[in-house]
Amino acid sequence: MRIQLKIWRQETATHKGGFVTHVLDDVSREMSFLEMLDYLNTTLIERGEEPVVFEHDCREGICGCCSLYINGRPHGPGKETTTCELRMTKFADGDTIVIEPWRSKAFPVIRDLMVDRTALDQILQAGGFISANTGAAPEANSIPISKERSDEAFDAAVCIGCGSCTAACPNGSVMLFVAAKVSQLALLPQGQPEAKRRAWAMMAKADELGFGACSNTAACEAECPKGIDIGHIARLNRELFRGGFGSLATAAS
Amino acid sequence: MRAFLGASVGKKLIVGLSGLFLILFLVVHLAVNLTMFAGRDTYNAVAHWMGTNPAILAMRPVLAAGLVVHILVSSYLAWSNWRSRPERYAMVDAAGGSTWASRHMFVLGGLVILFLGLHLSSFAIPMTFGSPPLAENSPVMKDAYALVTARFGLWWYVSLYTAAMVFLGLHVAHGLQSAIQTVGLSNRRWRRRWARVGNVYAAVVAVGFASLPLYFFIQSQVGSA
Ligand code: FES
Repeated sequence: MRIQLKIWRQETATHKGGFVTHVLDDVSREMSFLEMLDYLNTTLIERGEEPVVFEHDCREGICGCCSLYINGRPHGPGKETTTCELRMTKFADGDTIVIEPWRSKAFPVIRDLMVDRTALDQILQAGGFISANTGAAPEANSIPISKERSDEAFDAAVCIGCGSCTAACPNGSVMLFVAAKVSQLALLPQGQPEAKRRAWAMMAKADELGFGACSNTAACEAECPKGIDIGHIARLNRELFRGGFGSLATAAS
Repeated sequence: MRAFLGASVGKKLIVGLSGLFLILFLVVHLAVNLTMFAGRDTYNAVAHWMGTNPAILAMRPVLAAGLVVHILVSSYLAWSNWRSRPERYAMVDAAGGSTWASRHMFVLGGLVILFLGLHLSSFAIPMTFGSPPLAENSPVMKDAYALVTARFGLWWYVSLYTAAMVFLGLHVAHGLQSAIQTVGLSNRRWRRRWARVGNVYAAVVAVGFASLPLYFFIQSQVGSA
């Protein structure tokens, strides 16, 4: 089938970018979305043009590397899919597909469709860790944890850190990501030692990095490839209270 | 404290709590309004009591402060949220799952404020500072009923009023559940219930307020025909 691609091309973070239209003639419906882009790049290279830069790694929906804002939605059409899991069957002959990078002040464009998501790592470094030495895998029943609790923690732990929550959010907030990371630790005993400062520290970091403030639109949840529920954001908010809002930010340090 | 206010989560909490306070105020205001259906004398008596009772008068600056704080802090957040995405998307498909109201809270709030200006200038300000005609049966009671019904006979005023109530309803529908989420009183199960509570509350408030101008407008038309 014939597909018209409107792709954001930008040389470096400081260059001005713009859309470039590429037409691909024999795209097969069996291709995955990324295979279609590989095919585009092959044709570009053959013609001596610069290939489109985009990120990918596992191509099976677990690493969080792929991104792409496709036709106005992070990871494109469909529920709970990453871009690498997206198939060309979702598109029809003659379609125009608009592809943009994640847009956020905290995710500067490196080149074309590739953005720098170091900000997510920086948020984790601010509090998304535990200091307890857990050693080797412990005996499963030595610390009893209820089924609901472990399920809920697991639902949060499936976050692959792709950043689509921020990409989808009309406010450019990263709260669902932070909520998933805070939630998984808040629900389990290993996360308790730092619990009082974790939520505050991570949210303060998010502010500093230029992310927006959540206004509970739930756009993130609708686009999260792992279906993470904004109920975790409510828990994050409770964790902020539990930490006394950073003990009112360490008595207004 | 400075760090608390400096943080986006601190500001959000202020917006949420002031919003909940304003939401509670709405239902009190509505209850007072609905006494209009009980007739001129009842309504004038209630309006007089509202305008003279010290406890009610003491609440006025608190209410004004709550409103100002809500507007200023949420405007600041809206502005900084806008700045968090310097390069906008060329194409946005919000089909995903967020409601239209939730994405347009700032606009809806702004429209409600515009109406509030008109509303205050046509009722609360003349009642408080002006000297409208007095009620027939009292030397001190102002004839609030006459003031209001005169306004409710004007088609453009009634149209603006009704439109504003639609905006208010949409704003409150998202606002209530959003505030509850921000104070952390929600989870997977409860958020659907809160959303329903918010929608019902908003509908009651919007329909309740709009019922008066519509009723009195129709009555004025029937009366003059
Ligand atoms: S490439 Fe790993 S999640 Fe898509």
